[in-house]
Amino acid sequence: MSGPSDYQPSNPALQWIERRLPIFGLIHSSFVAYPTPRNLNYWWTFGAILSFMLGMQILTGVILAMHYTPNADLAFKSVELIVRDVNYGWLLRNMHAVGASMFFVAVYVHMFRGLYYGSYKEPREVLWILGVIIYLLMMATGFMGYVLPWGQMSFWGATVITNLFSAIPYVGESIVTLLWGGYSVGNPTLNRFFSLHYLLPFVIAGVVVLHVWALHVAGQNNPDGVEPKTEKDTVPFTPHATIKDMFGVACFMLLYAWFIFYMPNYLGDADNYIPANPGVTPPHIVPEWYYLPFYAILRSIPNKLAGVIAMFGAIIILCFLPWLDAAKTRSSKYRPLAKQFFWIFVAVCILLGYLGAQPPEGIYVVAGRVLTVCYFAYFLIVLPLLSRIETPRPVPNSISEAILAKGSKAVASVAVALVAAGALFLGSLQDARASEGSDTPPGNKWSFAGPFGKFDRGALQRGLKVYKEVCASCHGLSYVAFRNLAEPGGPSYSVAQAAAFASEYKVKDGPNDAGDMFERPGRPADYFPSPFPNEQAARAANGGAAPPDLSLITKARSYKRGFPWFIFDFFTQYQEQGPDYVAAVLQGFEEKVPEGVTIPEGSYFNRYFPGHAIKMPKPLSDGQVTYDDGSPTTVAQYSKDVTTFLMWTAEPHMEARKRLGFQVFVFLIIFAGLMYFTKKKVWADSH
Amino acid sequence: MNPDASTIAAGAPIEVDLSPIAEGQDIKVFWRGKPIYISHRTKKQIDEARAVNVASLPDPQSDEARVKSGHEQWLVVIGICTHLGCIPIAHEGNYDGFFCPCHGSQYDSSGRIRQGPAPANLPVPPYQFVSDTKIQIG
Repeated sequence: MSGPSDYQPSNPALQWIERRLPIFGLIHSSFVAYPTPRNLNYWWTFGAILSFMLGMQILTGVILAMHYTPNADLAFKSVELIVRDVNYGWLLRNMHAVGASMFFVAVYVHMFRGLYYGSYKEPREVLWILGVIIYLLMMATGFMGYVLPWGQMSFWGATVITNLFSAIPYVGESIVTLLWGGYSVGNPTLNRFFSLHYLLPFVIAGVVVLHVWALHVAGQNNPDGVEPKTEKDTVPFTPHATIKDMFGVACFMLLYAWFIFYMPNYLGDADNYIPANPGVTPPHIVPEWYYLPFYAILRSIPNKLAGVIAMFGAIIILCFLPWLDAAKTRSSKYRPLAKQFFWIFVAVCILLGYLGAQPPEGIYVVAGRVLTVCYFAYFLIVLPLLSRIETPRPVPNSISEAILAKGSKAVASVAVALVAAGALFLGSLQDARASEGSDTPPGNKWSFAGPFGKFDRGALQRGLKVYKEVCASCHGLSYVAFRNLAEPGGPSYSVAQAAAFASEYKVKDGPNDAGDMFERPGRPADYFPSPFPNEQAARAANGGAAPPDLSLITKARSYKRGFPWFIFDFFTQYQEQGPDYVAAVLQGFEEKVPEGVTIPEGSYFNRYFPGHAIKMPKPLSDGQVTYDDGSPTTVAQYSKDVTTFLMWTAEPHMEARKRLGFQVFVFLIIFAGLMYFTKKKVWADSH
Repeated sequence: MNPDASTIAAGAPIEVDLSPIAEGQDIKVFWRGKPIYISHRTKKQIDEARAVNVASLPDPQSDEARVKSGHEQWLVVIGICTHLGCIPIAHEGNYDGFFCPCHGSQYDSSGRIRQGPAPANLPVPPYQFVSDTKIQIG
């Protein structure tokens, strides 16, 4: 994109096109012959990684949109049906949801890289501002995407974020009504968010084209911040940068695949597996991790309008960065003071992110205020001041000189620090899920845990029996169909057995020719009938507390892991908070209420239930369900079996996920290795 | 992008029968997708709400101005926290009123903000008494 090209394709057909539309010349000059500085490090591969992620999000998103229903009554169910019934729907959904997080991981690295190496300085101001615009668009897109599954966090996140605009004087309320398309967040809101969520990625793609165009006009910055002067300072984009970028993308995909296949819910919130309920606010409303630093800034300011202004100001201020930092030296490599302040700033951002996930009380509020001041001080005081008082170290005359002088630096330690800090940041979300006033559920040995976990078939079959004979009298299982019982990765019943099982149920159907509803025996395609016709009936029959549907219960419940456990969890793939909690609650009933705890009339004491007062009476007792396979008929065994069964109902394709994950990992590791050695070969003469 | 005709039509006034609500109890009804708390306040709650020095409140408003005269026991407020729109829980917090679980705002038995980040009192929706035991909201 840097001027007319003299590229001539050799193929006559391509020449014919080229004379009429010089597209091959454009591609050739932009991505093949384009001179790229020789000294770029791996932080520069994040541009390619981001392009890859944008493509991935659009591709998976378009397919997901073919199966998704943007209606307040159906959206939650349609997402569940994507995960359960669409071919590889679970994979698409995980790729898209985790992809959003990975997109932000990459964009934050990309931004910090620009900050460190002064990539926003003359002549790259417009390039930088276009980047900030892309970031803002990404935030809007990510937010609206999070609303679409229409779970509790979707709904309440949408409520809180749209209400931010009500802080604007005079026109605030009208703006909020316009966003909602109604008097509160509801079906019209979901519809317009879906429409915009589909639109904005293409707007992002458009701005990315401008971003790349601006990049190719100004040329890439580089770690030494000196412009290329001679041909010796650059290498052609292809093969040098392409192969290096491909290695970078392959490594990034390893991280991406780790989340997709082994911890798809690590970055999400358990509450979002509960369908949206406009009448109940979850105890902690936490945005997705990538908004947390800004959320912390919002909450640290006691005035509503000022808080909103500070939050948006924290992003908008980036646009003015090229003029706030007037230092002539670009790269912090040669700026001893700026380098230190940069790392302090990184720490401030990560800590703000941590605070954004904490409840707004006590020390967290004070710390939030201090860090908010630090955040703005970096841009408004430190950078302008440094450009006046700092004496930079001498900058090399050219890139080739810098390469010759290069010694291996502490890149590794920086990378380690960044990974540790990132893990803290990503995991801080977990911390927000406090379950006050209850004990931590004990850990269990689950057959389905770990990278090669499989469901214990016997436990699944016994668990189904426990569900059918005990739980089913109050709890529904509405996302599970009888046919699922015969599907691979499940309880391993034959199709005939599943059909026989289904026929024991009475299912309501109709209307018939006379216009009446009638009952008939269940078929494999039917879903488990719910014990109550609607939530109100369930509530009325159970003393005011509706028994939740159990299809997703092991994913919709969690407990606080706390620091530093959530960091270890990332590496150990511990994902079983939900099953641990469910099994603990089933066994946590105690006859004797401990002193100091008062349990209201009609409730029961449970050690592990948040607040201890549970409306459900002790459901299981020894010997209640008979087992044919000789397993012990104890409450402990029942709990374990039924929890295993409920883990399967929550994620019927878990075994397929882990199996495919292993294959993908083998492939990616080989692929990354090949890319690495190819890259070494290509660059052999250039270093 | 403003609300369409059917949304506006669905937002027409509703009538609520108050007779089943015992003293000290409250109900939550939905109007225009918003939860409306209707509290049958006890004598103690009314006295507490009226004993406060109005000028000392963050959003000064007397209890008399927030209820209909002759029906002081009935408090009707939109149950949406004026901070960021969460739903406060009734009968919680230090002021015998409402407590918002999201960011800790506390409202008194007249729905007025007393503590926390919310800038304003819980709004009183437009309503009137059709009879002694029935109100029309909207």
